[in-house]
Amino acid sequence: MKILVTAKRVVDANVNVRVLSDNSGVDINNVKMAVNPFDEIAIEEAVRIREAGNAEEVVVASIGPTQCKEQIRTALALGADRGIFVETDADIQPLAVAKLLKALVDKENPDLIILGKQAIDGDNIQTGQMLAALAGLPQATFASEILLADGEATVTREIDGGMETITVKTPAVITADLRLNEPRYASLPNIMKAKKKSIDTYTPEELGVDVTPRLTTLKVEPPSDRQAGVIVADVEELVDKLKNEAKVI
Amino acid sequence: MSILVIAEHNNESIKAATLVTVAAAQEIGGDISVLVAGANCGAAAEEAAKIDGVTKVLVADNAVYEHQLAENLAALVVEIGKDYSHILACTTTTGKNFLPRVAALLDVAQISDVSGVISQDTFQRPIYAGNAVATVQSSDPIKVLTIRGTAFDSVAAEGGSAAIEAIDVVTDAGLSRWERAEIAKLERPELTAANIIISGGRGMQNGENFALLEAVADKLGAAIGASRAAVDAGFVPNDMQVGQTGKIVAPDLYIAVGISGAIQHLAGMKDSKVIVAINKDADAPIFQISDYGLVADLFKALPELDELLD
Ligand SMILES: Cc1cc2nc3c(=O)[nH]c(=O)nc-3n(C[C@H](O)[C@H](O)[C@H](O)COP(=O)(O)OP(=O)(O)OC[C@H]3O[C@@H](n4cnc5c(N)ncnc54)[C@H](O)[C@@H]3O)c2cc1C
Ligand SMILES: Nc1ncnc2c1ncn2[C@@H]1O[C@H](COP(=O)(O)O)[C@@H](O)[C@H]1O
Repeated sequence: MKILVTAKRVVDANVNVRVLSDNSGVDINNVKMAVNPFDEIAIEEAVRIREAGNAEEVVVASIGPTQCKEQIRTALALGADRGIFVETDADIQPLAVAKLLKALVDKENPDLIILGKQAIDGDNIQTGQMLAALAGLPQATFASEILLADGEATVTREIDGGMETITVKTPAVITADLRLNEPRYASLPNIMKAKKKSIDTYTPEELGVDVTPRLTTLKVEPPSDRQAGVIVADVEELVDKLKNEAKVI
Repeated sequence: MSILVIAEHNNESIKAATLVTVAAAQEIGGDISVLVAGANCGAAAEEAAKIDGVTKVLVADNAVYEHQLAENLAALVVEIGKDYSHILACTTTTGKNFLPRVAALLDVAQISDVSGVISQDTFQRPIYAGNAVATVQSSDPIKVLTIRGTAFDSVAAEGGSAAIEAIDVVTDAGLSRWERAEIAKLERPELTAANIIISGGRGMQNGENFALLEAVADKLGAAIGASRAAVDAGFVPNDMQVGQTGKIVAPDLYIAVGISGAIQHLAGMKDSKVIVAINKDADAPIFQISDYGLVADLFKALPELDELLD
C-alpha cells in the first residue's frame, strides 16, 4: 500500500500575524514558517501505518514557492520516504490545490491519501473534500481514529455533537483532526537521512492544471479590536458588575 | 438571484444553524429555497416551510441521505444546485464536510465561514484564526458559501408558509457507509446556542473538577465549554472544545476559567458580548480581551461564585 500525504508551508501556529498597513494581506516577512500542524498529524499517521507493516511507502507533497522544500524535508525527517514538490509562486486556492493533488493521485495511484483537516492560514477546510470529489473517491474528514482492513478504512470523525464512525472504501481521502495522534519530533539522524531522500519537482503546467484563482482578495483588515476591561478585586465585585453594569446575569 | 440553503436537521426538526444560514441568504437577497435531505424527514420539511423568508422547500426523503454522507449529499446538491446563483450551508461539521465537495464538482471555489455579505459576489471571512478579516470577490457563476453561525442574527422559525416540493433524485455513490455515532447527551444548552457559556481549561486539573463549573452553569443556565488543552488531557469530550478548530461561539457572557488565552482559543470566543476571565496568573493573555478579569485561584473563586449566585 502507498500513502500520499501533504505538508503545507504555513506561518507557525505560535506567531501572532499582523495585517499589512496597505491592507493587501498579512505580514509574513521574517516570520517563522512551519508544516501546517494538521499536516504533521497526517504525516505521523501515515508513518505509523507504514511502521505497523500496513503500507510500504509514504509520499509527501507540497505546493507553493521554492521554500516549501523545507516543509517536504521536515516531512521526510519525520519518516516520509519520498517527496513531490509542485513549484508555483501563484496564489493557489483550495480548488487549484485539489486539482494539482488530483494530478498527483493519477500519477502515483495511492491507496490512501491523508491531508490535514485545515490549513491554519486560510482556515478554508476544503482541500481534502475537493480532492475526493475530483478523484471520485470517498472522504472521511476530521478523523480522530483510522482502522484499516480489507480494502476499507473505518474512521471515527469529530463532529459537532460528539463522534461519528463511518467506513469508506479505499482508495479514500482522509483529513486529520487534532486528536488522531501526537506527532513525534524529528531526530538528528533522521534529519540527516532526510537529506538523501529524493524530491521530484513539477510545475502546474507540467501537471496540466489551470490554477487561475477564482477568488480575488480585495482587502485584508485587522478584526475589530477588543479593549481590555477592568480587573475586579473579588468574586463579589465580579457578580455585582455582571448584574448591575453589564446586566448579563 | 436564487439561493439554495441546505438545511441542517436531525430528520425530525430543523437546527438553529439553518435559521442563521437563511439570514445570510436574505442579506444576499433573492428567492430562497431550502433543501431538506434526509430519511423520514417530513417533519423537518414541515418546519422548514415555516421559516420566515423561505420561498420553497425541496425534500429529498430517502435512506441514502439519512446520515448526510458527503458523497451522496454532495451529488444531490450538485444536481439541484446547478440552477441557483448561490448555494449556502452553515459552517458546522456537516456543512464543512459536504459543501467543498459540491463546489469541486461544480468547478467553482467555495468561500468558507462567511462573516459578512458585502454584495452578491463579495464577502468577508476571518483568516489566520480570526487575526485578520479578508474581503473576497468571486468570479464564479455559482457562489458556494459556508456561513459563520455567530455572524448573522437568525430569522424567525415561524411565520413563513413555503410550498413543499418532493425531489426524487436518489444518488447513492456506494463509497461509504455510516456505522454509528456517539452523540453527547446534553443536560445543558448547546454551546453554539447558549446565551451564557462557562469554559474550563488546563487549570481545572482534571475532569472531576468540572463539577465546579457545572454547579455555576446550573445556576446561570449556561453551557459548558473547554479549551483544547482540557480536551486533549481527557478532562472532557471533544465536542466541548471552543476555538479555531473547535466551536465558534458568541454568547452574551463567556466566562473563561483556568484558560490562558491562546490565539486559537480566542478565535472561537472573542466575539462574545461580555468576557470574564478567572485566572491565577495576572499576566495571562486572556485578560487582554476580558471585560472583567479576576486574578484568583479558581478552586477558591468558583465555590464563592456558586454561593453568591444563590
Ligand atoms: C493548530 C492548532 C489548533 C488549535 N486549536 C485550538 C482550539 O480550537 N481551541 C483551544 O482552546 N486551543 C486550541 N489550540 C491550542 C492552544 O494553542 C493552547 O495550547 C490551548 O488553548 C491552551 O489551553 P489552556 O488555556 O487551557 O491551557 P494553558 O495554556 O496551559 O493555560 C492554563 C491556564 O490556567 C491557569 N491556571 C492554572 N491553575 C489555575 C488555578 N488553580 N486557578 C486559576 N487559574 C489557573 C494558568 O495560569 C494558565 O493561564 C490549538 C493549537 C494549534 C497548534
Ligand atoms: N499548498 C498546499 N500544499 C500542500 N498541501 C496543501 C496545500 N494547501 C492545502 N493543503 C492540504 O489541504 C489541507 C486543508 O487545507 P485548507 O482546505 O486550505 O484548509 C491542509 O491541511 C493540507 O494538508
